[in-house]
Amino acid sequence: MNPTGDIAVQQRNLILFSTGVMLLIIVPVLALTIWFAWKYRRSNPNKTYDPNFDHSTTLELVIWTCPLLIIIALSAVTWTSTHLLDPFRPLERIAPGKPVPAGTRPLEVQAIGMDWKWLFIYPELGIATVNELALPVDQPVHFSITSTDQFNTFFAPTLAGMIYAMPTMKSELHAVLNKAGDSWGYSGNYTGAGYSDMRFKLRGVDKAGFEKWVAEARASGKALDTATYLTLAKPSAKVPVMRFSAPMPGLFDKIVNQCVAPGTPCMVDVMRSDRMRAAGKPHDPDHGPAKAPAAHTPPTGTHPDAPKHPGMSALAPFRMPGAARVAQA
Amino acid sequence: MTDHLLKTVFGRLSLESLPFLHEPILLGTFIVVALLGLGLLGVVTRYKLWGYLWNEWFTSVDHKKIGIMYIILAIVMLLRGFSDALMMRAQQAIAFGSNPGYLPPEHYDQIFTAHGTIMIFFVAIPLVVGIVNFVMPLQIGARDVAFPFLNNLSFWLTAAGALLTMVSLFVGEFARTGWLSYAPLAGLQYSPDTGVDYYLWSLQIAGVGTTLSAINMVATVIKMRAPGMTMMKMPVFTWTAFCSNILAIAIFPALTAAFFLLMLDRYAGTHFFTNELGGAPMMYWNMVWIWGHPEVYVLVLPAFGIYSEITSTFTGKKLFGYSSMVYATVVITILSYLVWLHHFFTMGAGPTVNSFFGIATMVISIPTGAKIFNWLFTMYRGNIRFELPMMWVVAFMLTFTVGGMTGVLLAIPPADFVLHNSLFLVAHFHNTIIGGVVFGLFAAMVYWFPKAFGFKLDEFWGKVAFWGWVAGYWIAWTPIYIVGLMGTTRRVNHFDDPSFQPYFIIAAIGAVIILIGILGFVMSILVGWLKRDQLKDASGDPWDGRTLEWSTSSPPPAYNFAFTPVIHDLDAWYDMKSRGYHRPTTGFRAIHMPRNTGAGFILSALALVMGFAMVWYIWWLAALSFAGLFAVAVGHTFNFKRDYYIPAEEVAATEDKRTMQLAQGA
Repeated sequence: MNPTGDIAVQQRNLILFSTGVMLLIIVPVLALTIWFAWKYRRSNPNKTYDPNFDHSTTLELVIWTCPLLIIIALSAVTWTSTHLLDPFRPLERIAPGKPVPAGTRPLEVQAIGMDWKWLFIYPELGIATVNELALPVDQPVHFSITSTDQFNTFFAPTLAGMIYAMPTMKSELHAVLNKAGDSWGYSGNYTGAGYSDMRFKLRGVDKAGFEKWVAEARASGKALDTATYLTLAKPSAKVPVMRFSAPMPGLFDKIVNQCVAPGTPCMVDVMRSDRMRAAGKPHDPDHGPAKAPAAHTPPTGTHPDAPKHPGMSALAPFRMPGAARVAQA
Repeated sequence: MTDHLLKTVFGRLSLESLPFLHEPILLGTFIVVALLGLGLLGVVTRYKLWGYLWNEWFTSVDHKKIGIMYIILAIVMLLRGFSDALMMRAQQAIAFGSNPGYLPPEHYDQIFTAHGTIMIFFVAIPLVVGIVNFVMPLQIGARDVAFPFLNNLSFWLTAAGALLTMVSLFVGEFARTGWLSYAPLAGLQYSPDTGVDYYLWSLQIAGVGTTLSAINMVATVIKMRAPGMTMMKMPVFTWTAFCSNILAIAIFPALTAAFFLLMLDRYAGTHFFTNELGGAPMMYWNMVWIWGHPEVYVLVLPAFGIYSEITSTFTGKKLFGYSSMVYATVVITILSYLVWLHHFFTMGAGPTVNSFFGIATMVISIPTGAKIFNWLFTMYRGNIRFELPMMWVVAFMLTFTVGGMTGVLLAIPPADFVLHNSLFLVAHFHNTIIGGVVFGLFAAMVYWFPKAFGFKLDEFWGKVAFWGWVAGYWIAWTPIYIVGLMGTTRRVNHFDDPSFQPYFIIAAIGAVIILIGILGFVMSILVGWLKRDQLKDASGDPWDGRTLEWSTSSPPPAYNFAFTPVIHDLDAWYDMKSRGYHRPTTGFRAIHMPRNTGAGFILSALALVMGFAMVWYIWWLAALSFAGLFAVAVGHTFNFKRDYYIPAEEVAATEDKRTMQLAQGA
């Protein structure tokens, strides 16, 4: 609730605004509850008692309409804010009234949740850090986020809301920090024994300070090569801040594809070769180089409703029983 | 050779698996539990109660007794789950800065997992099922549920699941994966020990029980209503129980399937939810939440029904807007299927998907809001008696409304990006589950206790329970809401920022006040029992009730109603009373009733053994107990002695006794 980044400020304002809208109905309900409970208590002689009062069309209308109106208002807010504050959406402004200057390229940062620390790679600057994230003030940042083993969330409350860091998947977050100063970032999703101490220092620094910080990291002289990475990737808790120069190129993609260790095939390659061999779809004539001639003959038994994009469907296209196999043979 | 033999006989079970041998805290717990257990067994043996327990309770197919057994199970498990809560609160109150607290992560993580699992599966569900079991057949004028044996089996399967969870306290360990055991953390690679297996087998066994019970209750409502009771003349509690069980039938298979696939991953080496080889852990999250969100409504809908019954009784009025109440219930039932994704907006499903699920979630608050207004206008122009059940209702309305508001807040995706997995979220669902479900269940226990046992609970201790829970709730959870807003995440066992410590200390004090509430409730039963002659309810209708259960004696006879009542209006008993109903005293006939059977107990005991054997990889025992399960299940189908008649003379004797009792009371 003490944001220093524009996205986090907007999220906080949204929370305050919607709470305010809801209080429009919550406060009267709470007040009425107390008032009715007091007024219609048995020991109060000055009340109307009407044991058969169980229906009133007017009241029913009010009862259903009031919450409905509040929810319609909130739905409109939800729809717009969800789109505007989508973490994948590039920033349009740095702060209220300050649009992103034309031609600004966001700073690229790759965040990797590991058991139990955060690794940050600045691919364009050729540095990497553990448990420390320095960002220049008023500079749009684009995070690519993944994780080695567990589902983590990348959560820097002062900067922007959280987004999951998931193994084999890449999430994105666009954000900007507007004030210099230090704060903490966490993983918001429980991942086992070392989880409680899995946090990183978020440092907002000015341009000059950032360049100095980058130079320091470069000067550390420790390269983040395969061997160093594999040691780092082993579970460890309460890891102190580390800085590396020269992270190996393409490390982030290799982490997403789970193939940093030499000799492990990258998932994307496995999937491609599976697709070429049409694994899991042995009867799909659109796939498989081995049966090239058969693949060109239009399959006679294809159901008209079969998916046009086989990659979008986990199921083999439906066919009339027997027909497909004949066509394949 | 011996090693191999030991492995074959005991699987992975060894002396190493008994943590209480080398953990002083666990050793102490073990000694206390063992002494209490032995003491209980001793008392039962000393007073020769085994036969009574077996014949009258364990093998009983009477829905009232099964309901009471469910509630006893839930209260015992509440004590366990709540001691976990106290341990967590104590840890979080002291573990700041250089102080690591007294619980290392491997304990703390088991404790919060066990707390969540036990509170939902073995406290909230059994309490709800128990109350539905006891009350609903009486409310619809039935003599038992549709499938009495299945009811007994359901109870014992739930009890077997609970027992297996308790066994993990002393043999091996419980899961350290959070109460839903998310993949990939719960996969074999990251949780190779027995914890997740205990979790899976406990919940699978109990889950079969819950599913069967739900089928039973739905069949009962559909087929067993007294003549004249059309759907729109059913009491609201019956309606909510009906919708809640329809939900349960639809969702529990999803949970069972998710757990089954996770079991295959862990036992058979498949890759449904692993990171590698094409597994999709996200699929597990989807499947458990397709169960998980409607589950909230499985619990809270019957609580809404309870509030409706109590409000109507204690205001001395018809429920305001009965049909809008029913429609609201049905709408909530349907909508609750369409919201599960709001548990992980932050996975990046995209703004359109997120908006859909966010708005769908908010829409649920419309019928819920309508319900709150309906209770409000039932109080309007009422003549409110503030006895304990009604006090719980007012506390619920004031507490739950706030929980509903924070729920809508969490349903706005960008707000959820800040609040997801924070202590704000934890405070929100405790606000709805304590303020919505638990308050309702306590209200129900106070309200229907005289029906079940023939005397009221002690009022002083009942008030201690009430104020302990209500004040304790607010003191414990308000500070948690605040630290959650400040960005504190859940499941953390240690903090660095000392400015949070006062909040956690206040929260711990609140938890102790809730403990006073729990002990107060236990005392209200004990003192009530001691003063049972003073608190006796001879009339069978101690609160001037409006629904059918109050028309019979307290406790009701085995057959519930000597003659099946005929229904003409809503609030059937109020209708009968206001038309000058006379209780029939002659013309009794023999009554056809289901016969007790031990098959449910035996089947569940075998299921427990099988679960334990599977957890420890004792394959021969697992195979043997599974064969046993199959044999007993098939054997039971050849048991044709399933029913009997209560002779007319016995019915007449029971009813004459009640006539005398009523005459004395008048």
